[in-house]
Amino acid sequence: MFYLLIILKDRDTPYALYYIYSISLQIFSDAFCCVFQLVWLGINAFLFVHFYMAFLVDRYYYTRVILGHALSWARAPAACLNFNCMLILLPVCRNLLSFLRGSIQCCSRTAARQLDRNLTFHKLVAYMIALHTAIHIIAHLFNFERFMDSQLMINNSHLPYVLSQIGKNDNRSYLNPIRTNETVRFLLISVTHNLSGLTGVVITLALILIITSSMEVIRRSYFEVFWFTHHLFIVFFIGLVAHGIGRIVRGQTVESIIVHDPKKCHSKFETWGQSGTDCPKPDFAGNPPMTWKWVVGPMFLYVCERLVRFYRSQQKVVITKVVMHPSKTLELQMKKKGFKMEVGQYVFMQCPSISQLEWHPFTLTSAPEEDHLSVHIRIVGDWTQALYTACGGDKTVVLDAWTLPKLAVDGPFGTASEDVFRYEVVMLVGAGIGVTPFASVLKSVWYKHVQENKNVFTKKIYFYWLCPETQAFEWFADLLQSLERQMTEKDMRDFLSYNIYLTRWKDAEAAHFRVQYEAENDPITGLKQKTRYGKPNWDNEFSAIATQHPGSKVGVFLCGPTALAKALGKQCISHTESGTEFIFNKENF
Amino acid sequence: MGKIEWAMWANEQSLAAGLIYATGGIVGVAGQFRGWQFAAFGIAAGVFVCLLEYPRSKRGKGTSVERTGQYCFTVCVNAFGPLTRNYYVRAFLHAALCVPGGFMLATVLGCVCLGIASLIYLSAAIHGEHWEPILPRTEPPKRVGDSIKEPPQNPPPRPPPELRRKKADKLETAAYDNPMSVTVNE
Repeated sequence: MFYLLIILKDRDTPYALYYIYSISLQIFSDAFCCVFQLVWLGINAFLFVHFYMAFLVDRYYYTRVILGHALSWARAPAACLNFNCMLILLPVCRNLLSFLRGSIQCCSRTAARQLDRNLTFHKLVAYMIALHTAIHIIAHLFNFERFMDSQLMINNSHLPYVLSQIGKNDNRSYLNPIRTNETVRFLLISVTHNLSGLTGVVITLALILIITSSMEVIRRSYFEVFWFTHHLFIVFFIGLVAHGIGRIVRGQTVESIIVHDPKKCHSKFETWGQSGTDCPKPDFAGNPPMTWKWVVGPMFLYVCERLVRFYRSQQKVVITKVVMHPSKTLELQMKKKGFKMEVGQYVFMQCPSISQLEWHPFTLTSAPEEDHLSVHIRIVGDWTQALYTACGGDKTVVLDAWTLPKLAVDGPFGTASEDVFRYEVVMLVGAGIGVTPFASVLKSVWYKHVQENKNVFTKKIYFYWLCPETQAFEWFADLLQSLERQMTEKDMRDFLSYNIYLTRWKDAEAAHFRVQYEAENDPITGLKQKTRYGKPNWDNEFSAIATQHPGSKVGVFLCGPTALAKALGKQCISHTESGTEFIFNKENF
Repeated sequence: MGKIEWAMWANEQSLAAGLIYATGGIVGVAGQFRGWQFAAFGIAAGVFVCLLEYPRSKRGKGTSVERTGQYCFTVCVNAFGPLTRNYYVRAFLHAALCVPGGFMLATVLGCVCLGIASLIYLSAAIHGEHWEPILPRTEPPKRVGDSIKEPPQNPPPRPPPELRRKKADKLETAAYDNPMSVTVNE
């Protein structure tokens, strides 16, 4: 409301409308996420209750005589499992999501942004599947025990036993799936000879293996184990579809209900089928399998997704330049036909000569205006090390282009950070490695300025880079140096004001900095702008910008830790006075 | 598959298996199922496996992430020495514990999961891994910087105190620079 009043006093209404939109986006974005999750939980709750009640009808009267409420307790989570297994494949179809985002983006950027939280949703659905599986299995343990009991309690005046004997001759109209009363082989029979039992155990095992190898510790350290074990989901889905084929959930057939009303006839079980009574023997049949109806759609979409990824991986990618930066960073410049990107997006890369199955994500550091795409890869693990070697990192001679490895690129993915260009004054804050998407942004803004036919709205950029160590400076410093040079040539030195903050240093380095204090160029980065030490005083920074640009809207963009996001958010609110406004964009890079 | 430490995955798997084993056992005992004695054993075995597997081992390479509150478990498990350090012993222990679970439906899932964990531990043992406790490191006493080899034994030579304090009006004849400005106060 406070913002609304400020904006309405403004004279340039079209932009005012945009800013109302962008502030309400913040609130709405978080609310949308909550609402979405509430809707999902609501559907789960509804399905649970609905299917619980669906098995309390007369059709299942006799089934409940044997099983009690455990029948409903087993069927309700089964319905929820159908729903969640349908949902779990959807968030990982990233090409489909990318396509959806592209078509939604024209109408609603909030909705588009939600699609970036796909992995969080995937994990949430996975936990729900695990929970429902647990309930389902425990209920079936009781069901199984009760079925066994009713077969073993050989007593003709005991209804469950009588019910269990139905269908002994024709093997079609039985109620109790445990057909014999041989105690010893019960376990083996139910589990291995019965398709439902066997598939149940197999898919639960697959689920447990998938979950244990997806624990954060394993996932972060040994990605391959996680990735390969995760492919057990194929076994999971095949077993899931086959699980209902056995039709062991049985109820009275429709024809049987008409002639045999359980409410009236249940007490007369000793005379069923005998001439003179109006209670013939009840007939039972199993329910047809339903799961395939839920999951066939997403399974098809996922197969399409994998085909699209495969097709994209076959597209030719040519490495045009390889740059080894001293800070264990490898820069690859590539060309791919028909590749279009926007600022702040990322791609997945695969190198068949290193590993056929591994795809790794990297933020794009090139601008859309450039004719190539580039990524800066830090060498931290097996795959990146192998890529470094394959690109000739350890050799000093120049390599021929044909010796460079073949690469596949899938993407680009991620929400574009186009909002940057809608502000007159922009504050970009990047912490550590979070500066990578800003490389793309800075280059793009510069290109827009250079191409005179583009009327660039952005007039001033304040760039803050917080870094714990000097090593990571190298490649980005090169970029800033070249930008500095170009700006000086175009006489636009004031366009970009950047501040690099070194948040950690060693004593030995500190001595060197003190000595070099008077030098013209910074000892660390070689830039004219001096590196600062410690963390920025945001209060001062915001105040300085507010006084420099009275009456304008300043967009604040962050790529870094949540604590910093909170701090900046607070600063934006406290420094927004009549005149300057700071609008914090919680971009999900 | 890279340089994976199998023991880490085996640890997660066996912790999950212990929980499942115990849960199956609780269901079996609470529902008074046929063969509930196996279920009771399942509870005991499941709880034992959970306690044994809760403390994470120290990784061969890289930073180890502790589980919350695992220190007392680490101390207990460490007390058994080679019995708990060696992964062959663990593999056979898990294999032995899982067998009774196979006789009852409620515990069969725990049995199979524990069996798989036992196989992964066997793989870890074959690769030469072993359990290392994560104990808090005693900080080495703060060392003075390398450039200071030996602190000086004697104070530096100085003129006696009454001559040391530089008078403000005699700055040019002073023996050394004052680091901060001095005012006349005598």
